[in-house]
Amino acid sequence: MKTKIIITSIAAIAVSAGSLMADEDAQLVIDDEAMTIQADAPAHMENVDEVLSGWIFRSRETQALQMDDFDNPAFIFVDQALDLWDKVDGTEGKSCSSCHEDVAEFAGLRTKMPRVEDGNLVTMEELVNECRTDRMGAEPWKWSKGNMTAMTALIGLQSRGMPMNVAIDGDAAPYWEKGKELYYTRVGQLDMSCSNCHEDNYGNMIRADHLSQGQINGFPTYRLKNAKLNSMHGRFKGCMKNIRATPYKEGSPEFKALELYLASRGTGLAVETPSVRN
Amino acid sequence: MTEVSRRAALTLGTGTLAYVALTGMPVFASATDEMIAAVTGGAEAVDGGIDVIAPEIAENGNTVPIEVSAPGAASITILATGNPNPGVATFNFGPLAGSRSASTRIRLARTQDVIAVAQMEDGTFRKASANVKVTIGGCGG
Amino acid sequence: MAKGVKPRVKVPKTAAAGETITIKTLISHKMESGQRKDGDGNIIPRSIINRFTTDFNGQNVIDVTIEPAVSTNPYFQFEAVVPEAGEFKFTWYDDDGSVYEETKKVAIG
Repeated sequence: MKTKIIITSIAAIAVSAGSLMADEDAQLVIDDEAMTIQADAPAHMENVDEVLSGWIFRSRETQALQMDDFDNPAFIFVDQALDLWDKVDGTEGKSCSSCHEDVAEFAGLRTKMPRVEDGNLVTMEELVNECRTDRMGAEPWKWSKGNMTAMTALIGLQSRGMPMNVAIDGDAAPYWEKGKELYYTRVGQLDMSCSNCHEDNYGNMIRADHLSQGQINGFPTYRLKNAKLNSMHGRFKGCMKNIRATPYKEGSPEFKALELYLASRGTGLAVETPSVRN
Repeated sequence: MTEVSRRAALTLGTGTLAYVALTGMPVFASATDEMIAAVTGGAEAVDGGIDVIAPEIAENGNTVPIEVSAPGAASITILATGNPNPGVATFNFGPLAGSRSASTRIRLARTQDVIAVAQMEDGTFRKASANVKVTIGGCGG
Repeated sequence: MAKGVKPRVKVPKTAAAGETITIKTLISHKMESGQRKDGDGNIIPRSIINRFTTDFNGQNVIDVTIEPAVSTNPYFQFEAVVPEAGEFKFTWYDDDGSVYEETKKVAIG
């Protein structure tokens, strides 16, 4: 259809005009579904016009790994989570499936996490552990270990393709402000803030790394570097260590606030969980 | 007429003899040639008839996608010439192999040549090489 | 038996008789190379999947000898001929003696 072709061309031109990566027209299509990898920046971001998925900044070979659910190594862990879903664990003799008929019922959840419940900011890991301890009588899972990352990957996958849309007003506002403050605060021996790299220098090279905007729409992500799923807080820790700062703890109020702020910086980008990064 | 001094000629000759005697290899052989010889049992591997497809720059040396293909091959061996141990994998094709090709993901310790050596059905050997740059990340660690 | 080892195989469900199909295989395995050292400076011993085979109705498709330079979560993609309906058998052999298997049926159609 003629109209459709024209619109696609305009879109293509718009993509290349604003792009800064190796293959400017690369589109992320998974199983015939095109993912939104760029969007207009939300109003609260003063210094950035366009939000870009981390997928854009990776090499063609790395990008290819995410475009097929079989080639994507993260899916071994999604399979493991499917097994865990049915596994009875804890004093109550229940599995996830005892209460939740199908993991697909969690479609949309990932787009809104982290969220405020009863005045507290909670992440997906905390929702999972709350079920485990309160309703299954099971031991909580460690934040960044295999069981938790596999499960958050499985749950996040149910929202894949949907645009990120966390709430930052009302009860969430104080946490969001805290997260924003952390984002712009310099720390560590290298005296750097998140913004120094991910806002001021995305698209540039830092040694041999192609800097992204530090978006979290694809977490937990399979990193080629350690060949496993990595949680958001695990990655924040790594970043802080890289600038020789003492990292906050996984699950700490600081990292949760930062997670909320970062999630808001990705508003409009499609959930890509589980993504593949370097 | 230029006269090569007897001393110079003697030194050159003795040196070469000594080198050959000590290493048992022709003077121009390299470590890579030795690795290939280990696969072929010393037989020569000819260039061509085999493809190695690898990224020019590996985003991460931990997981580098590699594809090898050699129509008519009975087996293909992948060598990473710059790794602590060069052997990576050997694909032996059976009667129901659909093609003489395979893909995998490998670890490369540093920038190096990745070599594929194919043993053909007729017993001869072919080789191909691809140079892969392996970078040290800046902040990803 | 190494912990958490799980195979994942992609094979088309049907094929025409004599058709060449693409098979993709993945297995979760650390592939400890024997090059790394622990916190005390001791070498962590090698522990890898050292061989992978694929057979169809008892006939061999591919037999892979694997060294520590193959990445964690070994991935192999190759092609197979499907002469008739039957079953693919995938086998991974671990240094520690364990053997992991997966099977996939293919119908002719």
